[in-house]
Amino acid sequence: MKNAIGREIPETISGIAAIKPFAGAFATSPKMTRQAPKVKTIKPTDRKLVDNLVEVFKKIPVTDGMTLSFHHHFRNGDGVVNMVLATAAQLGLKNLTVALSSVFPVHAPIIEQVKNGVVTGLDTNYMSGPVAQAVSKGLFSKPVVLRTHGGRGRAIECGQLKIDVAFIAAPAADEYGNLNGVEGPAACGSLGYAFPDAQYADYVVAVTDYIGEYPLSPISIPQTRVDYVVKVECVGDPKGIVSGTTRITKDPVGLKIAETAAKVIQATGLIKNGFAFQTGAGGASLATAAFVRKMMEKDEVVGSFALGGITGYMVDMLESGLFKKLMDVQGFDLEAIRSLSTNPNHLEIGADFYASPFNAGCAVNQLDVVILGATEMDTDFNVNVVTGSDGVIMGGSGGHADAAAGAKVTIIVANLLRGRLPIIVDKVLTATTPGETIDVLVTERGVAVNPLRADLKEKFLAAGLPVKDIQELKQLAEKIAGAPKAVKTGEKIVAVVEYRDGTIIDVVRQVEG
Amino acid sequence: MASIAKTAQAGTLESSDVMITVAPGNQGSGIVIELESIVLAQYGEDIKFILEKTVKDQGVTDIYIKAVDRGALDCTIYARTLAALSRAGAVLKEEIA
Repeated sequence: MKNAIGREIPETISGIAAIKPFAGAFATSPKMTRQAPKVKTIKPTDRKLVDNLVEVFKKIPVTDGMTLSFHHHFRNGDGVVNMVLATAAQLGLKNLTVALSSVFPVHAPIIEQVKNGVVTGLDTNYMSGPVAQAVSKGLFSKPVVLRTHGGRGRAIECGQLKIDVAFIAAPAADEYGNLNGVEGPAACGSLGYAFPDAQYADYVVAVTDYIGEYPLSPISIPQTRVDYVVKVECVGDPKGIVSGTTRITKDPVGLKIAETAAKVIQATGLIKNGFAFQTGAGGASLATAAFVRKMMEKDEVVGSFALGGITGYMVDMLESGLFKKLMDVQGFDLEAIRSLSTNPNHLEIGADFYASPFNAGCAVNQLDVVILGATEMDTDFNVNVVTGSDGVIMGGSGGHADAAAGAKVTIIVANLLRGRLPIIVDKVLTATTPGETIDVLVTERGVAVNPLRADLKEKFLAAGLPVKDIQELKQLAEKIAGAPKAVKTGEKIVAVVEYRDGTIIDVVRQVEG
Repeated sequence: MASIAKTAQAGTLESSDVMITVAPGNQGSGIVIELESIVLAQYGEDIKFILEKTVKDQGVTDIYIKAVDRGALDCTIYARTLAALSRAGAVLKEEIA
């Protein structure tokens, strides 16, 4: 069957429960009640501190076929996922599903755990490195489920991703299970992506290497939801968790795109008091923030909030009075951690609060503008951030589709040519974010506006911006680089790409090799 | 001139460049191309075509070419190939003219 953006989705996919095709960004409504985890009691004399993971596995007990969840705030410095799965292997467990919000190169040992049958399912929002490559080559016998950050929150809340045990990598804990991310040697800032896991899992285990005095404060995840606390020697490598400073690109093409994107935002008329903004930490995205900042300073605009993954640059804007609040679901650097722990206007929010489509309103809905990237975009404005030019998985939506759906204006910043490859194609290899939620593409050679937003096009033309038809931009790129041949993929479905509402927007097929 | 005098190289491994190595081929060996590219799936045929055309146009018939491509445009591939040929002792038609 074809879904609403014309992608061919099989009626049934082995290993995936009932397939609902994507019907439109806001076309699917929930018809269920929330997931209810086990009700607990413990006696006043009971203790939660457990000596090691093996003991926790036996106490719960963890059994074959369970779903174990993990969050990704430790990024490429995470030690907890591998440690927990090694424990599972040591105890001879089989057929586990790993629900890890993002997979990084450090998680390469998952491959071995799949080969020896310990892990048979993977549920994630983003993956890069050896696991992603192995998945693309058909590592798993059933497809990996790729969600969005908000969609994962929704799936947990709605009982579609039922978590038996949530293992929470906690930079700091007390012995009674209060957790935060701002203290201890592995401080990572916000623990937002772990909030739904902690709320809805049947069992919650905190894994930490830093035990503070009771009661720990601040409390990000409370004792009322945490069953056990395990102290290990080291939960992660700080070098892989946070970066010292976040640098703005010096690449002249990136800067040109960023400057144009800032002018595009200005032309929308949204840079005024109360401005709400989200941008990524990389490349042209952060540089756009720098240009927007200058405009805000010049016009003495005070924004309402900045949202999403928070960098030192956003912290500086908060402290300079350019935004009143930061809403932080993930911190990227030491400044973000410092600010979260000291500034009451820097709020820690969960993945559900951030972006889940099925609640009484998530934060992305309040955004004026979001700046996002893309690996490919098609002439219908559908965006791919999952597969690379060779068809291999190299990312995932993360919050991409969520923020795009929520914001008043969604802007993609991208080089028209990346190396030799044109960014605009007739049909993206993998659709991640539907074109109806993308408003503008900004490249170094022009700006394309979604035909659904004739209102914006008018404003941009009036502002003298280099507006071009998306077909025209595509031809311009192909004139320089030549038209690329389409990548050939195999037949086997290695991943399903779930839209934030739980419908299937696309599938990823195996690559040769 | 059916081949070149010696092995030579031009280009770099920077993004959007190509490193071309040419070596003399035995008489009758033809044009042998070994290509590595980050855009092999999308542009492999195009790159081979321009490599072959460039050496043929210079009258070289027996040569080994290794190209390690980092997403270079056709004009870059053409220029790097000519430079490698020139360094390998070929007298380019452009130089005579």
